[in-house]
Amino acid sequence: MASGREIKTKIKSTQNMRKVTRALEMVSASKIRKAQDLMKASRPYARSMRKVIAHVAQASTEFTHPFLVERENVSRVCYVVVTTDRGLCGGLNSNLFRRLLPAIREYQQQGVQIDVVAIGQKAVQFFRRLNGVNLIGSTTHLGERPKVEQLIGVIKVVLDAYTEGKFDRVFLAYNDFVNTMTQKPSVDALLPLPSVAAELEAQHVAGVALEQSHDWDYIYEPDAATVLEHVLSRYIESVVYQAVLENLASEHAARMVAMKSASDNASKVIAELTLSYNKARQAAITQEISEIVGGAAAV
Amino acid sequence: MSTIRCDIVSAEAEIFHGDAVMVVATGELGELGITPRHAPLITRLKPGHIDVVLEGGERQQFYVSGGILEVQPQAVTVLADTAARAADLDEAAAKRAKQEAEEALANRSGTVDVVEAQAKLAQALAQLQALERMRKNLKH
Repeated sequence: MASGREIKTKIKSTQNMRKVTRALEMVSASKIRKAQDLMKASRPYARSMRKVIAHVAQASTEFTHPFLVERENVSRVCYVVVTTDRGLCGGLNSNLFRRLLPAIREYQQQGVQIDVVAIGQKAVQFFRRLNGVNLIGSTTHLGERPKVEQLIGVIKVVLDAYTEGKFDRVFLAYNDFVNTMTQKPSVDALLPLPSVAAELEAQHVAGVALEQSHDWDYIYEPDAATVLEHVLSRYIESVVYQAVLENLASEHAARMVAMKSASDNASKVIAELTLSYNKARQAAITQEISEIVGGAAAV
Repeated sequence: MSTIRCDIVSAEAEIFHGDAVMVVATGELGELGITPRHAPLITRLKPGHIDVVLEGGERQQFYVSGGILEVQPQAVTVLADTAARAADLDEAAAKRAKQEAEEALANRSGTVDVVEAQAKLAQALAQLQALERMRKNLKH
């Protein structure tokens, strides 16, 4: 059995660990609310944006934007992967990667090239080590209040490459915040825009139904191509931004849960160590007494 | 008097929501005054004011640094940009994003991870100290 002092050092260091995990747990618990508020604040924009896109899809335009056209041959695919910057959040990022990898490998078997745009340090670290995948753009350290401006760069990289025909499909991978206990790794199609109108009709989004049923089209200022380009890029931006916020809320929730179980485990270890410390101490005392008694008897 | 539903939203917040008699905005090709039953229209906005004339003649002014204006006969939607946007600024941001990826690829070694871990540790410790100080203050 280890000596009393050794056990005592172990107890001390476990207690210190527990302090750190407790602190991280409390920090995340307070940040999660802010992240949820951000998510809520950005919803009206996303809703209005979807409405506008649904209107655009219903209008009988003479112009079809490349973002709306499904391409027949897929020879190159891009994944926009949203992860956290920091670790210590349980299996959040690895669950997402685990969800992504089979899809990536399957594409690669079909001879499809894979490009990745990473948002968040963990995605950068993971994909720069992964073979056969090109990292073409990244942004990290978005902080606690991500701004749309921070995402413009990476999104432009994707949209430009898509317009030039470098990719034929773009997917968005992130952790969907369901509630504090559950975060769902999700991979959604980003480009070409999935037939938005059909999808919205299926979902019965309020306010999509139009007053007019006959053929109609917008007055475009200055012209359809420019305006649609602008609207669709903004739409993509808002979708990615929303994903970043969802992921942020997921990060804090996952960290809180992970740190809570770490603290609980630390407490358990401390209890066990304290018990064996007391046992060791008692054994030492008993031994001392029996030595004294033995010594006294000998005299 | 008939009114038109007006929504002004930006990606980070809802700015205005309500019924208006007229909405005045600066479109790319000039000023637009939108009244109820306007023909469907969609345009980009220039940086400038959006005036919302409410029922009773009260006016509310908002500043947008750009965005999209969508008009349906019964509704006006303004999707405001949160920041000044320009093609060359976007281009610079895109370049930065590419560069970051290249830098990440260039230093494959583990040094970054160590530095990062240290930074993380320092931060956790600082937070811990702050918490302890708070706890002490509470006790006194």
